Amino acid sequence: MKLLDQFIFNTQIFQRHRVRTFLLLLAVGIGVASVILLTSLGEGARRYVDREFSALGNRVLIVLPGRKETTGGGPPIYGAVPRDLTLEDAIALERIPGVLAMAPIIAGMTTVARDSRSREVITLGSTQAFFAVRQLAVGAGKILPARARSEALAVCILGVKLKRELFGNSRALGEWVRVGDRRMRIIGVLEERGESLGLDLRDMLVIPVRTAEQLFDSPGLFRIILDIAASADSDKIQQQMLAIIRQRHDGEEDVTVISQDSMLAAFDNILSVLTLAIAAISSISLLVAGILIMNISLISVSQRRREIGLLKAIGASSRQIKQLFVGESLLLISMGSIAGIVFAFGLIFVAANLWPDFPLMPPLWAVPAAVGIAFLTGLTFSIAPAKRAAALDPVLALRGL
Amino acid sequence: MIKLDRVNKTYQVGDTPLRALRDVSLSIDAGEYLSVMGPSGSGKSTLLNMIGLLDRPDSGHYWLEGVATELLPEERRARLRGENIGFIFQSFHLVNRLTAFENIELPLMLAEQPVKQRRQAVAEVLAMVGLTSRASHKPNQLSGGQLQRVAIARAIVMRPRLLLADEPTGNLDSHSGGEVIDVLEKLNREGITLIMVTHDQNIGDRAIRHIRMVDGEIDRDTACDSTQDSTPEKARDKNQHSGEK
Repeated sequence: MKLLDQFIFNTQIFQRHRVRTFLLLLAVGIGVASVILLTSLGEGARRYVDREFSALGNRVLIVLPGRKETTGGGPPIYGAVPRDLTLEDAIALERIPGVLAMAPIIAGMTTVARDSRSREVITLGSTQAFFAVRQLAVGAGKILPARARSEALAVCILGVKLKRELFGNSRALGEWVRVGDRRMRIIGVLEERGESLGLDLRDMLVIPVRTAEQLFDSPGLFRIILDIAASADSDKIQQQMLAIIRQRHDGEEDVTVISQDSMLAAFDNILSVLTLAIAAISSISLLVAGILIMNISLISVSQRRREIGLLKAIGASSRQIKQLFVGESLLLISMGSIAGIVFAFGLIFVAANLWPDFPLMPPLWAVPAAVGIAFLTGLTFSIAPAKRAAALDPVLALRGL
Repeated sequence: MIKLDRVNKTYQVGDTPLRALRDVSLSIDAGEYLSVMGPSGSGKSTLLNMIGLLDRPDSGHYWLEGVATELLPEERRARLRGENIGFIFQSFHLVNRLTAFENIELPLMLAEQPVKQRRQAVAEVLAMVGLTSRASHKPNQLSGGQLQRVAIARAIVMRPRLLLADEPTGNLDSHSGGEVIDVLEKLNREGITLIMVTHDQNIGDRAIRHIRMVDGEIDRDTACDSTQDSTPEKARDKNQHSGEK
């Protein structure tokens, strides 16, 4: 039987059994759509994390005081207090070739007050480079001057929310605020920007690093962020950094270096595996659809015994009968797959409009994988009914036995 | 054209084996017009299915056009059926979801003939059975006689040389039954070999050669017991006589 003839023959069967066909299409469609949609969620999460990290800057190394072991070992029994990571350490690290910019950060909570209003906010002490490595900009005024690195200047930059709470809609630039026990001049207001890796940049105060040292009365840095050249070897720079720290800290390697690349790679890995796992789970629904098709096909074979007998009498070979039944299932699968793909992408489109922040998108392999699994189950589960049909004895089948 | 040599067939019905055919030997020439009669369960239909390659003998040989069919694989037998044999059934066996035209087209479709050729062939046989105006009707819109004529059109659309009819008038009133027989006899006159199983004495008598089966054996064959006078007229008289007994 030619392909077109079989197509027509099968669609005539579908037209005859509209409800049954619709339900089977629904089963296959839901299966395919669920694989695509669920992997889209996984892939969306991966892309979201990717994007968050790239907002940090291109290639960033973060140095934290204290050694943090993430593999093996029990909890520390004696609390080894790490040496402070100082601004001098940071300046030493900056000299490593390949480091483009270095931003030391001292962090703490301070009270910011203007007249009778006061707010308790996270205060970051840093340098001009901070704005470059975090890709921050001010909406009004200026960023920290270059001198902020060496002098305890009495200037500060406010987050947008903090500015609104202290000044409302009136002008804040050039005004003075009280930060802890000091008076500082406002030289800038950060531009409006959302949360970044758990830090609300709108509700924050940025001051020069030397000022922060005095304010918190401690030379200990919260962390150092280093921007490294795209061409530089990240591993080699990390080795050099650890060597410098060892040298400066009496042989102790008491810092932790986090590279953005390795964190990103770790997240990427986890989320990719997660997406695969989701795909495997959701393809169970396709398996169910396959079993449904087998059931219906078996029923259809026993209902159509007389027709099968007739086809054999007028010259259909066993192979042709098999082909008719397998073809019927595969046609159902194709139509169901198309419906599922259309439905899934429709939903993704709607979701993209509702939540533009979340990059919902199926991974490249999702559609072929979903359709492939659908066809595989369809083929597997239609073989048994098709074989049964082909094996019918024409004499008995014609009598409907 | 057809030669059966000591063909046996036994069916298992419950615990007891039923011998549907016992050492049946028969030869039929091209263009013959046979009726097969006999009581229920005498093996008439089994004989017809055997000749139509729907069934295989337990023992014995069957040559169709000189080909020993019992040795052929199923695929080859299916092709022989499609190309050489047309079936007509008591209950028509039309596919309800298809129109008359599409039902007739089925054998051509299975044989993978090109669409243009198919249309022409279907139109020709529709005209032959006088149903050109009913081509696009579904089976539930046709009368019994029309249904059987559609079935005949389907049986002859591949231009087979052998037409097997199993009680073709069994579900029809005498008027439409007569019409159907007229069509079949016209086809026989044009050269097709016609073998018809029937219960109806009047219809059976219209055939030229009569076979009577009892308990799986050929009880009477007018071609054998009338060697001295094999004219159709005489054969018919004799058979009528035996039928009345």
